[in-house]
Amino acid sequence: MGQKMLMKGNEAIAEAAIQAGCRFFFGYPITPQNQIPEYMSKRLPKVEGGCFLQAESEVAAINMVYGAAGAGARVMTSSSSPGISLKQEGISYIVGAELPCVIVNMVRGGPGLGSIQPAQSDYYQSTRGGGHGDYRMLVLAPSSVQEAVELTQKAFDLADKYRNPVLIMGDGLIGQMMEPVEMPEYVKPELPEKTWAATGWKPGCGRDRAIINSLYIDPNVLEQHNRKLFAKYAVMEQEECRWQEEMTDDADYVIVAYGTTARIARSAMRKLRENGIKVGLIRPITLWPFPNAPIQKAAEHAKAFLTVEMSMGQMVDDVRLAVNGKKPVEFYGRTGGIVPTVREIVEQIENMAKEAK
Amino acid sequence: MEAQFLIAGFGGQGVLLIGQLLAKAAMHDGMNVSWMPSYGPEMRGGEANCAVVVSDEPIGSPLVTEPPIAVIMNKPSMLKFTPSMEKGGLMLYNSSLIDIEPDREDITAVAIDCNGIAEKLGNARTANMVMLGAIIQRTGVISIDSAMEALKATFGPKKEHLLPINRAAMEAGAEAAK
Amino acid sequence: MAVVYEKTKMLTDKPLHYCPGCTHGIIHRLVAEAIDELGVQDKAIGVAPVGCAVFAYDYFNCDMMEAAHGRAPAVATGCKRVNPNNVVFTYQGDGDLASIGAAEITHAATRGENITVIFVNNAIYGMTGGQMAPTTLPGQVTTTSPYGRDPNHCGYPIRVSEMLATLDGPAYIARVSVHDVKHIMEAKKAIKKAFQMQIEGKGFALVEVLSSCPTNWGMTPQEALKWLQENMIPQYPLGVKKEVE
Repeated sequence: MGQKMLMKGNEAIAEAAIQAGCRFFFGYPITPQNQIPEYMSKRLPKVEGGCFLQAESEVAAINMVYGAAGAGARVMTSSSSPGISLKQEGISYIVGAELPCVIVNMVRGGPGLGSIQPAQSDYYQSTRGGGHGDYRMLVLAPSSVQEAVELTQKAFDLADKYRNPVLIMGDGLIGQMMEPVEMPEYVKPELPEKTWAATGWKPGCGRDRAIINSLYIDPNVLEQHNRKLFAKYAVMEQEECRWQEEMTDDADYVIVAYGTTARIARSAMRKLRENGIKVGLIRPITLWPFPNAPIQKAAEHAKAFLTVEMSMGQMVDDVRLAVNGKKPVEFYGRTGGIVPTVREIVEQIENMAKEAK
Repeated sequence: MEAQFLIAGFGGQGVLLIGQLLAKAAMHDGMNVSWMPSYGPEMRGGEANCAVVVSDEPIGSPLVTEPPIAVIMNKPSMLKFTPSMEKGGLMLYNSSLIDIEPDREDITAVAIDCNGIAEKLGNARTANMVMLGAIIQRTGVISIDSAMEALKATFGPKKEHLLPINRAAMEAGAEAAK
Repeated sequence: MAVVYEKTKMLTDKPLHYCPGCTHGIIHRLVAEAIDELGVQDKAIGVAPVGCAVFAYDYFNCDMMEAAHGRAPAVATGCKRVNPNNVVFTYQGDGDLASIGAAEITHAATRGENITVIFVNNAIYGMTGGQMAPTTLPGQVTTTSPYGRDPNHCGYPIRVSEMLATLDGPAYIARVSVHDVKHIMEAKKAIKKAFQMQIEGKGFALVEVLSSCPTNWGMTPQEALKWLQENMIPQYPLGVKKEVE
């Protein structure tokens, strides 16, 4: 751990990526993530082998990522909701071609141009693949700037490990907020060599010709390819699920929330505990794979669940799937860039407790 | 202990810097801190504000929707944020640019002649540091020394010669808030 | 016995899937020969398009990437920026490059991206079944312009080479044709030059190759070559449009 610095979420993510060996960044301006490309444009040219390029569109940026990842580099792009929609085409191809990369989405309100304020309404898009075809991405949802740093570095390792894109899902608040950060010293784990990368080939050079491709015209071959992808996803579900549980052991009411919303839910939980209501918090850190286990466990003893999101209710579907009808699952959400307040969450739980009596 | 600040004014008045120095200094004092700017299609001269939370516990929301402490540098911000202030809250306002008082009986309002004091010191641009001195005097969340350490780090060697005038501004602001 | 002619090692043994009389085969061969003669097979990375040449990665005997429709210049940009010593080329059709990929090619050109672009213009969408392309000639009948392309309704064909030659970024832009042997030899020269420019670090080079599509034009191969010569060349004049020293 280095010195403690006060850093903006966006800048901290960019620096963490560079520390993790990211040398290529392709992006396009969109609020509220602009400090990521701005930071990269300042830092990468000063780092050996570093290259920042502002693309002509999000579509071009993600395809530059495809080319750079295909050439074996650690590469990142970032955007916010409307821009991430544009990138979906490329993300689908990147998954199909089994290329590693890191994508950051600082989510803003939608649909359409929506707003530039924080939101979590891209949950479905992020956790169900997002583009066309049958696929998944690892989705990491930091709830502090420090965690954003740690998850960004982890994201590069996970992307390389599985040859699959990893999405960091933040929101305008995580991106714009400044918090103390200690930049961890990055230690690269043992990862397989990128023998599949297109770096130049000739007969007898010791490997097969690299073909970076997502086209499998023979239905049987494509089905095999899809099964192979899903075998990877099964391993991810086994090994990469992350969450944080707080005070769930004796909780009558369990709040499920991620990212920014989880911070507010934590404050609400403390206040409710002071008022004598036993509340716990489950904070998914990976949105995909979704942490079913702690929710199933809590469903054994809790009276009810409350999912809080900055959306009209998306993750709540996954919570309900995990609870599987055993206990009521209520929902509270704000949208349009409005962040739920501690008081609102406290009232929700107090009402649930009242109704239970 | 948790202190929540809302600091608001025109863009260019240095309100974001007041917040950053507050957060940085408190961080170096070992506290948990967060700094959250308003962001949007705002240009220089438009409204700017930031929320700062200082706490000895992990910080929940970095947003300050019902400010217990409001630092108000211009009149539009006074009109905008007075109604949402927490009951019993403290408002420090820049009376050089604000010719009214907050219309709330249930808060404590302290007028600081930020621009006037800064001009008397010979550098009008230190009005925000006058206000920071007042904040320090009234809340005790940080000290002038730790604020100066944070300012030194922010300024870097190029602007080091400006440190004494800024310290004088903070001290004058603290004096005015007594 | 002296060898007077042999298959270039830059093409694999995979049989081409192109229709009889299609000139893609010739253009593949020219690209392969150019790379071979310049001795850069071990550095070459090709980017295949979406369109008739979608399987180009099966034919060019080097590392290959398959891009999304129109995005080959962006993919090539990412690849080249990672390994500037690689010789990176895209091979794109007119729908891919001039329609859906108009932004990507324009910006790769204006950045002076040090890549080579082979742009095959046959005035029609081949793979999808003969629909109107951005390069379809006025009056030309396609499956989506069954009464002939009406410029009042759907605009005029794009002269890509002339358009890109107005930019400061490109180092070399030329239009060639493959309708007869003489022009094939000239096309070869231009393609080789476009690779040479990249190897010398001069920047973005594009060769537009006028090509025939007998199947979707509804002609015999001979008729198609004649139609190309008589109709396409007047619309798309041959020659070097831009060349930096």
